[in-house]
Parts: sequence; structure tokens; C-alpha cells
Amino acid sequence: MQSLGIDALFKGRNFLRLLEGLWVSVRISLIAVLISIVLGVVMGMLMTSKSRILKAVFRIYLEIVRIMPQMVLLFVVYFGTTRVFGWNLTSEAAAIIVFSFWGTAEMGDLVRGALISIPRIQYESARALGMKEGTLFRYVILPQTIRRMIPLSINLITRMIKTTSLVMMIGMVEVLKVGQQIIEANRKASPNAAFGVFGMVFFLYFLICWPISRLAAGLEKRWA
Amino acid sequence: MDLEIMKSYLPLYRDALLLTLKIGWQGVLLAFLTGLLCAVVLHLRVPLLRGIVQIYIELFRNTPLLVQLFFLYFALPKIGLRLSPGLCGSLGLGLIGGAYMTETIRSGLESIPVIQSESAASLGMNPLQAFRYVILPQAAASSVPGLIANVIFLLKETSVFSTISLMDLMFTAKDLIGMYARTTECLTLLVIFYLIMLLPVSFLGSLVERRMRYAEFGD
Repeated sequence: MQSLGIDALFKGRNFLRLLEGLWVSVRISLIAVLISIVLGVVMGMLMTSKSRILKAVFRIYLEIVRIMPQMVLLFVVYFGTTRVFGWNLTSEAAAIIVFSFWGTAEMGDLVRGALISIPRIQYESARALGMKEGTLFRYVILPQTIRRMIPLSINLITRMIKTTSLVMMIGMVEVLKVGQQIIEANRKASPNAAFGVFGMVFFLYFLICWPISRLAAGLEKRWA
Repeated sequence: MDLEIMKSYLPLYRDALLLTLKIGWQGVLLAFLTGLLCAVVLHLRVPLLRGIVQIYIELFRNTPLLVQLFFLYFALPKIGLRLSPGLCGSLGLGLIGGAYMTETIRSGLESIPVIQSESAASLGMNPLQAFRYVILPQAAASSVPGLIANVIFLLKETSVFSTISLMDLMFTAKDLIGMYARTTECLTLLVIFYLIMLLPVSFLGSLVERRMRYAEFGD
């Protein structure tokens, strides 16, 4: 019976290194989510405008984000734009740009959806009560919109964390890469380390994303 | 940009596209069947199986496909289960897709009002008949837009197959960049080929969605 890599996992600082690798993914997704929320709210509000041109522009933007795999976007930004425009970009900056670009589109669509899902009668009743536009927005529309949006934006965080596993492909050392390094370093001592290490990475991702998605589901049920 | 070079790369990209589509559709089919099966198990509240299905859904919805593929391709051989890259690709896609499809189909099933199954029962249908002839056709109609969104998601996810040495579009682009350093041309072709693959599906999706609005009946 061979060890299946549990020993390699706990040798020296290996486990700590895995956690540090995971933090890299989580950090990038948190930064990207923050940027996406700010830009997404602005975009969502703009998307409800009547302007034909604005609508068409956002439609194309959304469609690009929906269709292009994030991996392709990462490659285009990290290898493509640096080549064409001749600037320098760290892989972390490229990752944050790509994930914010993606998140802003998703978030914008969520905000738009939440805004148009507020029934007309809410606006009309508020106006009938004599509220000004600012008050109406602050006390009637915003609280309802936020309630609908919070669970969905929490879901976006888990999707971000899952997708940031791709940053390995543009040379960032995150949890999968650390896992590979550990396996390589222990090839002699523990030839079956791949099982334990990749199993642990799988489990770690689950451990992070599961509570967050449960929270989102719970909030959705409570506020629906 | 050098059009001649792009033209000479075309056959390589075409082969990669065909491979991506082949594995992609196998995965999508597997995902759909898994999803349908799991959704029926959840809907009919089959004891024991229901618990297993729920654990499966939570596990696969909360981990990235890349990590799942690494586990299938690099970790399973260590306990004696060796799968070919192609099989890993379609299996991985099928497993993650199954978890998402289950949710979509289940929400379709749940959107059918209780009165439908009650009416079926009062007409003398047994639960299986009611499910087969009354609930399923209606649920299928209402989950189609969601299913197509899942198909787009899954075909997009095929881009991570390059990590387990499948010669898909992403792999081809990376390979060519590595060999000839024609970054701009290779990436442009990559984007074009993904558009060729996914734009029709996306178009079909919005067409079906528009159609579905007429198909709704009841309230």
C-alpha cells in the first residue's frame, strides 16, 4: 500500500504553500469582484437608458464576454495586447483586467435585471405619495434592487474564485501550480503524490466555494 | 498581421475546432443525460439516491473544471484508473455539466404548477404517466433557454482541455505561438474560431428564448 501523497502534503511548509496559492486566487477574485461591482452598477444603470447606441454597445460587450472563454481573454490581454501595444503587464494585472472586464458585464446585466424587475407601480405609488426622484430612488427602488442583487453578486464571487484557477496558464503561481511543484519535488520520495495533492486542491476549492454559495442560496430564499 | 501566415495555419485550427466540437458534444450529451437522470431523482424524491445526487451537485458546482480535470487525468492513474485525455475531457465536461443541467431541468420541473399533476391524477393517470405525458413536455419547454446557456458555458469551458494535452483550439494556439512566435496572428485566429463555434449556438439561444415566450400558457 503506497502513501498516495498524504506525506508529501504535510512535509515541511507544503500545506502552508498550498494555502498561500489558494489565497492568490481568492485575492484576485476579490479585487476583481470589487471593481466589477462598482463598474457593474454604473453599467447596469446606463443599460436601462433609452439610448439606442448605448444599448447596442452594451449588447455587443455582453455578447463578447458571454462567448469568449476567459482563458482566451487572458491570453489576448497577457500575450496579445502586450505584443501589439508594446507595454508591460504583470500576470496579476492582466488577470485583474480580464476578470473585471468579465465581472462588469455579468454584474451590469444583473443590475439591469434587478432594476427592470421593480414593478412600475412602485415608481407610480412613490410619486403619488409626493416623493421627489432622489427620495424615490433612495427609499423605494434602491432597497428592493439591493435585496435582489446581493445573492446574485455573492454567486459571482464563487464563480470568480472558480475561474481564477485559470491564471496558472499565464504563469501565476496559484494553488494548482504549487500542487504541481510539490508533486515534482517529491517525485522520488512519494511517486503517488498526485492523488493526495490534487485531491486536496479539489477539496480546498470546495471548502471555499461551498459556504459562499450556501450563503447566497440562503439569502435568495429569505429575500425572495 | 500577415494574412498568408494566417492562411497557412487554417488547417491546423480547423482540425482543432473539429476535435473541440467532438469532445464538446460528447460532454454536452453526457451532461444532459446525467442532468436529466439526477433531476428526475430529485423531483421524485427517491430516498438515498437523492442524497448522493445532492452531494454530487454540490461537489461539482463548487470546484473549477480545471481542478476536476487535473484530478481525473493526473490523480486517478495513481490508484490504477488510467483514462485517455479524450475520455477525461468528455467525462469531466459531462460531470460538471451534469451538475449544472440538473439545476436547470429541476427548476423547469418545479415551475409546473401542482394543479397539472393533480389534474392528471384525477384523469386516472398513474404518477409515471403523469410525469411522462404531462409534466415532462411542459418542463422541457421551459428549461430549453437555460439548457442552451449551459451548452454555451460547457463549450467555453473546453478551453481548459489544453492542460491535459488535448489538441483543442487553445492548445493549437499556444503551440503555434511557442513555435513561431506569431502571437497576434495566432490569437486573432483563436478568437475567430471560438466565434465560429459559439456564435451560432448563442444565436439559436436567443431565437429559442423569443419563441418560448409564445409557448407559455396558463396565466
